[in-house]
Amino acid sequence: MPVTEIFGIPVAVILGQLMLGLVNGSFYALLSLGLAVIFGLMGIVNFAHGAFYALGAFAALLGMKWFGINYWAALLLAPLAVGLFGIVVERLLLRHLYRLDPLYGLLLTFGLALVIEGSLHQLFGASGHSYSVPRQLAGAVNLGFMILPIYRAWVIVVSVLVCFGTWFVIECTRLGSTLRAATENAPLLQAFGVNVPLLVVATYGGGVALAALAGVLSAPVVLVAPLMGNSLVIVVFAVVVIGGMGSILGAIVSGLALGLIEGFTKVIYPEASNIVVFVIMALVLVLRPAGLFGKE
Amino acid sequence: MNLKTLAMALAAACAGIAGAPAVLAAAPDVVIGDIDDLSGNYADVAGTGAVESIKMAIADFGGSVLGRKISILVADHQNKPDIGASKFREWADQNGLTMLIGGSNSGVSIAMSKVAAAKKIPFFAIGAGGASLTNEDCTAYTVHYVYDTTALANGTATTIVQNGGKSWFYLTADYAFGTQLQSAASKVVEANGGKTVGAVRVPLAASDFSSFLLQAQASGAQVLGLANAGEDFSNSLKAANEFGITKKMKPAALLAFITNIDSLGLQTAQGLYLTTGFYWDLNDDTRAFSKRYFEKTRKEPTMDQGGYYSATLTYLKAVKAVGSTDADKVMAELKHTKINDMFAKGGYIRADGVMIHDMYVMQVKSPQESKYPWDYYKVQKVMKGEEAFGPITGLCPLAPK
Repeated sequence: MPVTEIFGIPVAVILGQLMLGLVNGSFYALLSLGLAVIFGLMGIVNFAHGAFYALGAFAALLGMKWFGINYWAALLLAPLAVGLFGIVVERLLLRHLYRLDPLYGLLLTFGLALVIEGSLHQLFGASGHSYSVPRQLAGAVNLGFMILPIYRAWVIVVSVLVCFGTWFVIECTRLGSTLRAATENAPLLQAFGVNVPLLVVATYGGGVALAALAGVLSAPVVLVAPLMGNSLVIVVFAVVVIGGMGSILGAIVSGLALGLIEGFTKVIYPEASNIVVFVIMALVLVLRPAGLFGKE
Repeated sequence: MNLKTLAMALAAACAGIAGAPAVLAAAPDVVIGDIDDLSGNYADVAGTGAVESIKMAIADFGGSVLGRKISILVADHQNKPDIGASKFREWADQNGLTMLIGGSNSGVSIAMSKVAAAKKIPFFAIGAGGASLTNEDCTAYTVHYVYDTTALANGTATTIVQNGGKSWFYLTADYAFGTQLQSAASKVVEANGGKTVGAVRVPLAASDFSSFLLQAQASGAQVLGLANAGEDFSNSLKAANEFGITKKMKPAALLAFITNIDSLGLQTAQGLYLTTGFYWDLNDDTRAFSKRYFEKTRKEPTMDQGGYYSATLTYLKAVKAVGSTDADKVMAELKHTKINDMFAKGGYIRADGVMIHDMYVMQVKSPQESKYPWDYYKVQKVMKGEEAFGPITGLCPLAPK
């Protein structure tokens, strides 16, 4: 006899929720990946990450509205544009803070987030704008246990590819080893003739571009609004802490895993779904302060 | 500091020592304060647009009353009750505030109504849904304008049940407003022969609604009651469309503003039932006001923004009628005159503080039905004020049953 219920909850419902958890986990993974890259290689706690995520979504929206740039092009161009903006921010502002306490970087990026979100609010209002799902990804498939919109499946695919691609570049390529060397001992690497400031600026641009990519991916799913990254970024910080500050693999794995756990919580006790991540964070901090994948 | 500023500072210091009477000697302004969400989720619903409405009302009234200039103070409560209450107290103590208008958030509004009672200053609550403002939390100085959870539930839920939507599942925002709205709606549904199949409490500002929506779908209910507001409402309806849930369940917006419909687009929102206290395109009066409003803001006014205009005028007329800004005299006048303006016809403020006026049950037009920009609603039913806001409950000591 096939199992139809677990703890009195139909299996189909659980499978459906886990699938959706995976979709949300994909966003968490993509966002926490960018944060982990920036923290791991630069030691900056990038509080503006949620604002860059919103900027990515707005770039896609405005690109469509003003220049007729379609979704597929936006998937490439919006992260590029927002990444370039990140580079400007690094050159003009963040660069001056490296010798100071990390707290200053945190304050600066926090302020930056307020400025970006405030400006978007002033220019485009608070209630948000719709961005339609691209024609090729419209519709839904019946998985037997649920109806899954094709677009959500696409989000999982893109996110997993991008996450593991980034992990591969950082952990398994020559460029990655140079990047990691820069975090271990920048002056020595510079003595070998490597342009360290260029590496740093590229890293920040790359991390910001990842946030913007998550923004473009989410634009057809939620309303594009100035504060769309506001509540998300707090969860993503918790994900990074759970994975281990600066651990690339930790960010990816815990992002996906927490999405699943959150999805499961939504079936069992929905009221707790927005705190379960923080409860896990507290437990991890008590039991393994460096995070699941962090170095002690 | 140059000599002139030094002299002014000294003068100010002397005035301070001399005490308050010296300041009161000149006829002070009639000061209207607006404490609202200017930067958060509800900023498009009232926000700076509502400030514009107040200014329009003051200008239409002539800029002065009883020979005193009418001035306006504005602050952002950031949806935090402590900020709202302390700003209100500060204005009452230091700026000669004579009336407060604002809200958009039930928690903040309840906190501010306590200050209104303590400082004896009329408070026009707009945009906060919580009907407790005129029940358990009522005060002698609170006026609840535009809408409350009772009126919203009576409008939308009654209409849908009567159209055959008997079984309901609620997606409820997990805070005072959401739970009050759900309980008001389920009472109405059950009174009309429908039933509540289930409900899920969703944390405020959730980033994803699809999980909750699948639970709603699994319940087999005919109606999806959205007991939430703002971005949460828009995102849940958007996801319901994406997952094909709106094909099987009829969505019911228990609170939606025209700005939400504008954000979602008619393709997504079409067919939706909702209840509103005001619509820009109702009649010549509303169109005339909205045309002037549009010229200043490039948007059509929401029901709240219409209400701010009306509430300001209503207050100023009462001040003029009694020849004083004395709170008790003004409140007495407010509670026995009819309100007739572009917002309400034959409206009145009941003993418990509810402003009774007609409410409109609307259905959102399809893209084909919409003929011009912001042509979003068709009127399904005009609900008389008494029917919409229901009888006096007796929970407010000012209005025994």
